[in-house]
Amino acid sequence: MSFEFITNNRFLLNFKKYKYLLYELIKKNIKLTYRRSSLGLFWTFLSPLLYTIVLTIIFSTFFKRSIENYPVYLLCGRLLFDFFSNGTKTAMRSLKSAGIIKRIYVPKYIFPLANVIGNYVMFLVSLSVLVLLVIVTGLNLTWNGFFVIIPFILIFLLTLGVGLVLATVVIFVRDVQHLWGVFTTLLMWGSAIFYPVTTVPEKYRFLFDINPVFNAIDMVRNSLMYGIPPTSFQILYVFGFSMVFLIAGVILLYKYQDKFILYI
Amino acid sequence: MGEKVVEVKNLSMKYNLAKEGKISLKNYFKKVKNRELLFQEFWALEDVSFDVEKGDRLAILGLNGAGKSTLLKAIAGVIKPSKGTVKTKGKIVPLLELSGGFTGSYTGRENIFLRGAMLGFSTKYMEEHFKEIVNFSGLKDFLDVPVDNYSSGMKARLGFSISTVVNPDILILDEVLSVGDAKFKKKSFSKMMNLIENNDTTVLFVSHSISQVKELCDKAILLEKGELIMKGNVEEVCEKYEEIVNS
Repeated sequence: MSFEFITNNRFLLNFKKYKYLLYELIKKNIKLTYRRSSLGLFWTFLSPLLYTIVLTIIFSTFFKRSIENYPVYLLCGRLLFDFFSNGTKTAMRSLKSAGIIKRIYVPKYIFPLANVIGNYVMFLVSLSVLVLLVIVTGLNLTWNGFFVIIPFILIFLLTLGVGLVLATVVIFVRDVQHLWGVFTTLLMWGSAIFYPVTTVPEKYRFLFDINPVFNAIDMVRNSLMYGIPPTSFQILYVFGFSMVFLIAGVILLYKYQDKFILYI
Repeated sequence: MGEKVVEVKNLSMKYNLAKEGKISLKNYFKKVKNRELLFQEFWALEDVSFDVEKGDRLAILGLNGAGKSTLLKAIAGVIKPSKGTVKTKGKIVPLLELSGGFTGSYTGRENIFLRGAMLGFSTKYMEEHFKEIVNFSGLKDFLDVPVDNYSSGMKARLGFSISTVVNPDILILDEVLSVGDAKFKKKSFSKMMNLIENNDTTVLFVSHSISQVKELCDKAILLEKGELIMKGNVEEVCEKYEEIVNS
């Protein structure tokens, strides 16, 4: 008689069975973001566009000399940072609000994963604004522009890793949720989204070098705007950073997933 | 006799009641010093063992707080045992707290597909059975209304209709027959009987209604404060249960 262990070894084995759930959850995350707004998913396109126009009007006078194509410079930073910030935030809340796991057995990792993928889909849609601005501003693209794919993949891994860690930690230590809000604001200023890094004094520059989000943004800007391919050090640094979080996230989730139900 | 489909062996479930306080090192050492840590453990189930054979209809009886729901959750795989093992075989459909777990701002239609996916059904399977679910729940006119605007009875009906669309090997029922109005109660009861009789389904049933238990089940176990104090024929166990209730 072959018995099936009900609680053991179901972590990844059942992925095939739950791929529909992943799909449904991704759909849900995207749908609910813009539910009841009349423009719907079009906001994914419209909101970064409006944001760019407003900030360009305000800031382009300040940084006219140091930044050549301010709208594209700004948008590269803003889109990547928004994905990171929204992705980690929603992934963090995903398990905490998944009351369903008290009633039905569902693999836990599906929830943060679906949130990050859902945000990534919206991020990819919003890239159309970038394409539009590149064309409108008449940016000189080189073949090195294709290297943007690398930071686009890296930022996904980074967000997923950080999101997984946060999703587990926040269940046991709720304070993290509030801390993370403050931290992302700090991170935003430390990612040089609407000002050039050159305005920062040399002795504080290292803070940008160790920030993986800034590194990803920097890679996009370099390859897209200046035609410089990313350095292998930068790639390895962000990749390593993401992997540490991804592995830590998976281990944490695997280790504590059976205790979640007692804390949510 | 038939094959074993559920095997519960030395099952214990421990809850830590101390989790209300702040998690801090200071509190932790304070508790260690005061030996509070030991006292704040609460064993919802202690060393429970029993087997269920295919086709059995087992009632789980006990007063409030006896550990019935914890036992069902352990069998459904929702919580992991602190000690001991639970082994099951076949497709389990747990009907626990049916009205909860929906996405409030999602419509009834969207929730049907979402819940179906949670239960592990493919989108195609759900599309095939969509009509059946809608018809049974009687919520045809409310399909495109957000579930937030449903009454609790409507939510429970929706939950019941989705969960019972498959033919389960093991059906876990926690007070679900008290769902909805009298008409739906009757309907769900006959649906359940249908499922059970046609498919040789194994049933685990929790209820405080002795008459329902006697009607539905052939075997029973009795829990008291987390311990299994009796197992056997439904009539005998019900007698003992009534003794406890009246004492």
